[in-house]
Amino acid sequence: MDIQIDMISQEHMREMTTMEKIRFILDEVQKGKIVILESGLSPDEEAKLIETTMLEIATGDFTGIEIESYPPSHEKSGVLGKIFKKTPRSRLTIIGPANKMKTIKKDHKLISAIIMSKADE
Amino acid sequence: MSFIDGIKRWFRRLLKKGNVKIGIYGPPNAGKTTLANRIIVDWGAEAEWSVRDLLNGVSEIPHETRRAKRKGKVKIKINGGSLTLDIVDMPGLATKIDFHDFLHHGLSEEEARKRAKEATEGVIEAIKWLNDLDGVLLVMDATENPFTQVNVTVVGNMEARGLPLIIVANKIDLPGASPTRIKSAFPQHPVVPVSALKGENMEKLYEAMAKYFG
Ligand SMILES: Nc1nc2c(ncn2[C@@H]2O[C@H](COP(=O)(O)OP(=O)(O)OP(=O)(O)O)[C@@H](O)[C@H]2O)c(=O)[nH]1
Ligand SMILES: [Mg+2]
Repeated sequence: MDIQIDMISQEHMREMTTMEKIRFILDEVQKGKIVILESGLSPDEEAKLIETTMLEIATGDFTGIEIESYPPSHEKSGVLGKIFKKTPRSRLTIIGPANKMKTIKKDHKLISAIIMSKADE
Repeated sequence: MSFIDGIKRWFRRLLKKGNVKIGIYGPPNAGKTTLANRIIVDWGAEAEWSVRDLLNGVSEIPHETRRAKRKGKVKIKINGGSLTLDIVDMPGLATKIDFHDFLHHGLSEEEARKRAKEATEGVIEAIKWLNDLDGVLLVMDATENPFTQVNVTVVGNMEARGLPLIIVANKIDLPGASPTRIKSAFPQHPVVPVSALKGENMEKLYEAMAKYFG
């Protein structure tokens, strides 16, 4: 079983527009890849990602995405984060195809994802 | 709430003349429709609502609600004051929908495919509604992991808009319900444990609604 993982740096994310990010994520995930974003999406981008995912489920065999981010959005990381409440925090986000990935455990400190091979399905 | 948020809210209310729209959000099957019905039965202006209407549009099959549904106005009277809210029951939010899952609930393939398609449209509709609301009741099934992307997305969007959010930890009548787990996942927001089905602890929720939506 080959699983390809794409890691996208914060710098790279910053250069992309919202739709470019969403298109990139959904194209990679629909190829069966797992995408890890060094810094996550804004709440608005998250909503657009869910919306676009739904449009693509409705038109094909795609069944959607698993998406998890760490740390939780409300945790203000670092000293700056504590002083300026609105400072953008980096949130590691992992996104994969729903039919291949399942989150088995998640809390404030840990995400474990399980990747299923075709044989397990 | 910051000073600026307070001003924004005051303006919004001035413009809307008391027409405060509250959306009921959450994952599929969390009990959103049951909660909406419970609120209408308790406070609805329409006198024809009675306890037997509690089960209207409720089902154990996920994605039962696939269109945003205005449940009507409620006038909540509490602690000597009163507030009027417009309650909108939302389709469940999800990041994946597979028609095969509905086959396990006894639907035919045709019905399951139709339900899946409508469910995707429902999610889109619910997300679009986020722009038109004055507050949100975010319903979670207290027996499940609260820390999921759909919950995080709703919380993040309300925070970004500076709008009030109350988290409803539903199904506390079930063994294994843990409102504490929800509180520790979202410590920055009020969490009210209830059973929408049994009507447990609803007064606490109405007090919170008066406090945060009033
Ligand atoms: N035990 C228990 N069951 C509940 C409670 N609230 C709702 N349920 C049950 O949970 C299931 C789903 O309830 P709904 O109100 O349809 O949930 P929903 O969030 O509107 O679901 P969708 O419209 O499909 O997104 C039904 O079988 C309800 O009877 C509760 O407080 N306790
Ligand atoms: Mg419903």
